[in-house]
Amino acid sequence: MKFGILVNEGPYQHQASDTAYLFCKAVLAQGHEIFRVFFYHDGVNNASRLTEPPQDDRNIVARWSKLAEEHGVDLVVCVAAALRRGIKDENLAPGFRISGLGQLVEAGIQADRLVTFGD
Amino acid sequence: MLHIVNKSPFSSQALDSCVQVAPGGDLLLIEDGVYAASSGTVADNFMRDIMKRFRVFALGPDLEARGLADRLIDGITPVDYAGFVDLVARNKTCQSWL
Amino acid sequence: MSEEPGIKKFMFVNRKAPYGTVYALEALEVVLITAAFDQDVSLAFLDDGVFQLRKGQQTKGIETKNFSPTYRALEGYDIEKLYVEKEALAARGLTEDDLLVDVTVLDRKALGVLMDEQDVILSF
Repeated sequence: MKFGILVNEGPYQHQASDTAYLFCKAVLAQGHEIFRVFFYHDGVNNASRLTEPPQDDRNIVARWSKLAEEHGVDLVVCVAAALRRGIKDENLAPGFRISGLGQLVEAGIQADRLVTFGD
Repeated sequence: MLHIVNKSPFSSQALDSCVQVAPGGDLLLIEDGVYAASSGTVADNFMRDIMKRFRVFALGPDLEARGLADRLIDGITPVDYAGFVDLVARNKTCQSWL
Repeated sequence: MSEEPGIKKFMFVNRKAPYGTVYALEALEVVLITAAFDQDVSLAFLDDGVFQLRKGQQTKGIETKNFSPTYRALEGYDIEKLYVEKEALAARGLTEDDLLVDVTVLDRKALGVLMDEQDVILSF
């Protein structure tokens, strides 16, 4: 089964991004496919490679990048929401790409399920 | 259909709205939503009422993180993230009551 | 599922008031994009979401863009299914006349039935 994921909150502020990540890992572990993870609203902040959490904390951004690297998960950041919040290609973490809202709608059409994580 | 609630019933109307609108189905409590799954609170009777119409699940890791694992209301099923995925897979649609 | 192949029923569920947070505005932006994909689109306004449709919004004083006229433009994008929760209006002292666009007012039960018929639900 193909899953689409929508992440609407930024890292560290709200649990939404952690839950979404752990959900994605479980999706893959069960042999399902992730069509796309789309980051919207403050969720775009998950893509900033400038984040530097303390050593004893989880690295949320790096975790997403690793998911993209190891499983080829498509991580898409909404361009309009990203520009509003200062996320651009020059500070984008590996594995993420910036694109339009059409990518979210496409995920809704193509995926069998779309799950929203937010506040 | 799967309804997902991630807000405490003590600070948000999300769970209340969800169960008033939805006719029934599966209800999964995650994040701060798991406080509704805890017995002995003022929301206890409300939750037991909900369980007459909904199959209620609570995300185990969220219960454990909040120290609630031993206070789960009888009849609410704890699930892990794999169980969360199964719930999404076996329902045609899901709605997060943000 | 929708009758026509390749077309899904998308419902946007709005439960938050405008301006206090950005969700209402950015939800509307998704709705406008979805219109270009020829899907079966509807919007539902529940709880504080009904405040998004309040007539007479004046945002000069908070130096924020007033996006409420966009709801009136939705018809031009063939988005005509706007559902508003009856109980939410009543609880907030509003009637259909207080809203800036034509809507269908439904009680909670009817909204719940409609939600069950959707293929994709996006909630903001």
